[in-house]
Amino acid sequence: MTDPGVLPAQVGTGRKFFMNHPVTADSHTLAAYRARGGYQALAKVLGTGISPTDVTKEVSASGLLGHGGAAFPAGRKWGVVKLTDGEPHYVCMNADEGEPGTFKDRWLLEQVPHMCLEGLILASYALMGRHAFIYIRGEFDLPWRRMRDAIEEAYAAGLLGERILGSDFSLDVVLYRGAGSYVCGEASAMLASLEGKKGWPRNRPPRLTVKGLYQKPTVVNNVETLANIPVIVGEGAEAFRTVGTAKSPGTQMISISGHIARPGVYEVEYGYSWEKFLYEDCGGIQGGRALKCVIPGGVSTKVLDPTQLAGRTLDHASALAAGSQLGSGGMIAVAEGTCMVRLARVIQRFYHHESCGQCTPCREGMGWMERILDRIVRGEGRPEDIDRLYHISAANDGTTICSLGDSAGYACSAILDHYRHEFEHYITHGRSMHDGALTVEDPFAESLARWHAAHPGALAPSLAAGAHA
Amino acid sequence: MSALAHLLPEFEGWKARYPAGFEGSLTIPCLQRIQEVHGWVSDAHIDALVDYLGVPRTQVDEVLGFYTMLRREPIGRHHLQVCHNVSCTLRGAEGLLAHLCLRLGVAPGETTPDGRFTLSTVECLASCGTAPMLMVNAAYHENLTPASVDALLEALP
Ligand SMILES: Cc1cc2nc3c(=O)[nH]c(=O)nc-3n(C[C@H](O)[C@H](O)[C@H](O)COP(=O)(O)O)c2cc1C
Ligand code: SF4
Ligand code: FES
Repeated sequence: MTDPGVLPAQVGTGRKFFMNHPVTADSHTLAAYRARGGYQALAKVLGTGISPTDVTKEVSASGLLGHGGAAFPAGRKWGVVKLTDGEPHYVCMNADEGEPGTFKDRWLLEQVPHMCLEGLILASYALMGRHAFIYIRGEFDLPWRRMRDAIEEAYAAGLLGERILGSDFSLDVVLYRGAGSYVCGEASAMLASLEGKKGWPRNRPPRLTVKGLYQKPTVVNNVETLANIPVIVGEGAEAFRTVGTAKSPGTQMISISGHIARPGVYEVEYGYSWEKFLYEDCGGIQGGRALKCVIPGGVSTKVLDPTQLAGRTLDHASALAAGSQLGSGGMIAVAEGTCMVRLARVIQRFYHHESCGQCTPCREGMGWMERILDRIVRGEGRPEDIDRLYHISAANDGTTICSLGDSAGYACSAILDHYRHEFEHYITHGRSMHDGALTVEDPFAESLARWHAAHPGALAPSLAAGAHA
Repeated sequence: MSALAHLLPEFEGWKARYPAGFEGSLTIPCLQRIQEVHGWVSDAHIDALVDYLGVPRTQVDEVLGFYTMLRREPIGRHHLQVCHNVSCTLRGAEGLLAHLCLRLGVAPGETTPDGRFTLSTVECLASCGTAPMLMVNAAYHENLTPASVDALLEALP
């Protein structure tokens, strides 16, 4: 059992804001954070009377892009909120981290909870909020305990509550636990959930920065986005912009998993070589295999093959130019020899399970795509199935309330674009070109073989669910 | 009200940090706490909660139906949840699930006849870099091998 929290700070991938200190048993505490200069940005703002508007200006000038997936400029989002409207304004930290392949917010919450919290306090100051929320996924245990303790430490130290650090600024923070729903990571669904309702996304306009939580202007930012704020406010936008590239300033927390020799969380300066990252920093592909493709930023982003990665850098413009996105920074490496049809089946089962069912193309489409992929992997695919999958993907493009439906379509059609021949082979011959392989090294290979011997003809235990019920 | 009397002081304490008028927001935290204490949410709990928070009964029912972590009936003493999303599958989640099915004699979704274990599959738990993994009740167990899973199960009461 390795706690990713004990991973040493990674070196070699450029400048670092978060992984710049050794992780020890108490490096997450208030005392340790303060010893590293923590809460000085907040003290500077409150002590020298920097105005809320000036904080937002600094964040805009920094060029900080949101780390929740869409890379939306943080300063532009904050700038929409009218400080003089007399309404309460809320800031909500999105700590629902559920995009498959993504586990960097977990690291931040466990290892630098005070940095995330200082970012939330500064954002609330900039937006003149009196209450702020942290929506943390319900399954998180250690991250939740670390954040709960950080909040209590902050209250006790006068960093939260009435008249923070003796200023006129007061703020209360509610730590709110999700209850198991991927779609609640979507900002409007999250606010519905925070109101105590089922997590259904809603159409915009009105934007959440106009009508959000209980109809009041609300800013939702990802954990990592907010954790950058103390750096920007403390060191200034200009200093921040010396890190990364002109269009992607700063760093990106990348969580890498799948068929990679050294999985884990890495902080990478934007503009770093993608291949160097994969083959040197992460130790290359598991078992010394060749790389088949990467899913660059969570399963909702389009796969890229090795030819698309050649000479490419890790930043938004570069990922976009390759036809994909850095998304949530959840990178998944897939080795040569993996069955992409079965992989697509796993991805689509996930989307079907998580669709909230409000929009017809998503509700019907997700299930339909799953059934098609299911029959292909069972050896019962039909020649028209590939076109059907494309067709259903296209039907979700831009027609749904949130981007779950589109993303599923993009993910599936990108796999089809690259690996159409594998689907054709599976449909024509009734079996996988790669023997259905999903693992390079399987610690449970022997158990799986015994299970197959006991269930002749069955595909896999997860697919057999219900068959025994 | 009686079904919740013992929890109300705690619920009242939470209100201090919420803005006024946010009573409805307590629906989910209250249900979570009820389940933590009682194992699942009963009709009597729902009635008492509707009464206490003043939220519509339909809202509570919808919430209970929507969120996968909330339960309307009891399950086994230990809830084993295996992540079977992409990264875990690439690192042996199917085999882990097979191992548990064989060892416990149940399929995913079932509870052992002695009521000790309920086996489920779940989607990504942000533990992809330490796959394969499973949750046992609230705790994550990562980088699993047959030996470590067996030791884990044996250590459970
Ligand atoms: C289905 C779905 C799930 C999402 N899940 C998350 C999530 O887990 N964490 C997150 O920060 N953003 C998630 N988002 C994006 C949020 O809607 C929102 O854009 C983001 O939190 C804004 O933060 P940022 O501007 O700081 O990036 C999700 C979006 C969708 C459509
Ligand atoms: S796209 Fe899917 S998940 Fe998103 S709101 Fe519509 S039905 Fe729900
Ligand atoms: S895929 Fe299993 S924890 Fe992320």
